[in-house]
Amino acid sequence: MSDQKVDNERRALILATSAAGGAVVAAAAVPFVASLAPSERAKAAGAPVVADIGRLAPGEKMVVKWRGKPVWILRRTPEMLASLEKVANRVSDPASEKSEQPGYAKNAARAVKDEYLVVVGICTHLGCSPSDKIRPGNAEGMPADWQGGFFCPCHGSQFDLAGRVFKAMPAPTNLEIPPHTYLSDTSILIGEDPKGA
Amino acid sequence: MAANTHYEKYRSNGTLLGNALEWVDARFPATSLWKAHLSEYYAPKNFNFWYFFGSLAIVVLVIQVVTGIFLTMNYKPDGTLNAAGIPGAFASVEYIMREVPGGRFIRYFHSTGASAFFIVVYLHMFRGMLYGSYRKPRELIWIFGVLIFLCLMAEAFMGYLLPWGQMSYWGAQVIINLFSAIPFVGPDLSLLIRGDYVVSDVTLNRFFALHVIAVPLVLIGLVVAHILALHEIGSNNPDGVEIKKFKDEKGVPLDGIPFHPYYTIAHDLPATVIFLFFFCAVVFFAPEGGGYFLEYNNFLPADPMKTPEHIAPVWYFTPFYSMLRAMVWNFFWLDAKLWGVIAMGGGVVILAFLPWLDRSPAKSIRYRGPIFKTLLGIFVFGFLILGFLGMKAPGYLFFGQGWLSGDVIAQIFTVYYFLFFLTMPYWSKIDKCKPVPERVTFK
Repeated sequence: MSDQKVDNERRALILATSAAGGAVVAAAAVPFVASLAPSERAKAAGAPVVADIGRLAPGEKMVVKWRGKPVWILRRTPEMLASLEKVANRVSDPASEKSEQPGYAKNAARAVKDEYLVVVGICTHLGCSPSDKIRPGNAEGMPADWQGGFFCPCHGSQFDLAGRVFKAMPAPTNLEIPPHTYLSDTSILIGEDPKGA
Repeated sequence: MAANTHYEKYRSNGTLLGNALEWVDARFPATSLWKAHLSEYYAPKNFNFWYFFGSLAIVVLVIQVVTGIFLTMNYKPDGTLNAAGIPGAFASVEYIMREVPGGRFIRYFHSTGASAFFIVVYLHMFRGMLYGSYRKPRELIWIFGVLIFLCLMAEAFMGYLLPWGQMSYWGAQVIINLFSAIPFVGPDLSLLIRGDYVVSDVTLNRFFALHVIAVPLVLIGLVVAHILALHEIGSNNPDGVEIKKFKDEKGVPLDGIPFHPYYTIAHDLPATVIFLFFFCAVVFFAPEGGGYFLEYNNFLPADPMKTPEHIAPVWYFTPFYSMLRAMVWNFFWLDAKLWGVIAMGGGVVILAFLPWLDRSPAKSIRYRGPIFKTLLGIFVFGFLILGFLGMKAPGYLFFGQGWLSGDVIAQIFTVYYFLFFLTMPYWSKIDKCKPVPERVTFK
């Protein structure tokens, strides 16, 4: 092989053919990779949903399905709201600076109306749905100084009653607050920002 | 054909069977393949029971392929709810279990086969660590092996989604979200894997395609590469010495014996019988494996609104799952979530570097020093503890003692796992090895 003289013309042709062939293969791969992305139907399935909160008693939680995910609506009592103050120095992002929420829910209670927490019930770590540990104290298997909140069974992240994650937990940010609009005092449209917001 | 001078080497002994073989051999290398890989593949004569597991892995692979083919005849990858409000995939598995004649045995053979595959492969890998089977010149055999292990994990993970139970669903949710921790491309990548914004019917269908055709093809290709590389170099043995150094006048290693019939009939066949005895005992009498082979929560249909109170992967993933959970600190500029993913992936990938991390003069544990034996002992113990803790909920306490926090112990053994490998170039060099014999020891 090494004795043979390189035929530069043939080598150039081989290079050109390989480059053209490579480009065709890359182009042919496009529809295959594209087919892995969400389909038009999957994209269209994200319509907003209406939640009727008229029968939700204080301290109760309800779950509605939005974009295939659970959205929790928790009607918080004054004691529950007071617990948020108590844990403020133990949560990792108390002012929700790094967390996802619409601007109108970026406040101490992470809500439009303090009484109602509307939050996506999916842990920001790896996507499990945390369990309710709403009652304070150790009655539900939590530590004695527990102020009420949520506990992710997968990797142990703990959240307070505003969905804020405690320090040194696997979850990087607070639970996500979805865009939502109060249609009336008893119904919330989940998935849409209020007009003008 | 007779005019072909090369034809003489195929010439038969004149019997009917011989003539048939002659006809084939002149057209396909049947006899020469048989010789190269079985009857004239010379394996060291001093194999012990640790050498069962490679052959057993092939046995399990065959079981999985055959049972898998029959399962696909009745299984439907359908995540949508049927008229009774049950997801189609879950209902089709129930149908296989309850109404297809013999269906439950086929399904239990497949589900037990998954666990058996990992038992056999973990032991096979540990054999490699005991006798230094990954050392030069067998680096590529080992790397193919690590790739097979990765394929097996992908295969097991995707297969686990198919019954569409609660553990299927939430397990897939967690593992796919692992990819979202990768900087920049992560969120788009996990979207591309799911094909939807949540784990859904779309995800189920593509996992079915990958599980029944794409990954098995790659897996079988890698198994072929693994065996071809092995047969090119020759097997290692419990003494970790090269038998090809001493050959007779025909070029046959003095310490080698033909793989067939010595190892096929006298070694691997009895091993297969014993293996199948235990395997069938599980399939027929304890197919759920006490909740370890088939988790109880997976007998509930997938509910995207609610994660089960206790969620853990199947046992064979739990050591690596523990490493994922152990990472709760942000350090350098990366957050804990990414470190968890790095630990989990790195735990497998680091195995591939073993041939270059080990600098010991002796390959086999028989001649290696006290440092290796001690550190390997702790390594195995730690790996088992990590596996145990991965099945438990976070916050587990050993013996109910606060100072024996499972979370902290998992962190200690995760760090140990990586230090074992990363410091190996140092300690494997200074360890006091015994002199290695020239030839294998065999009584």
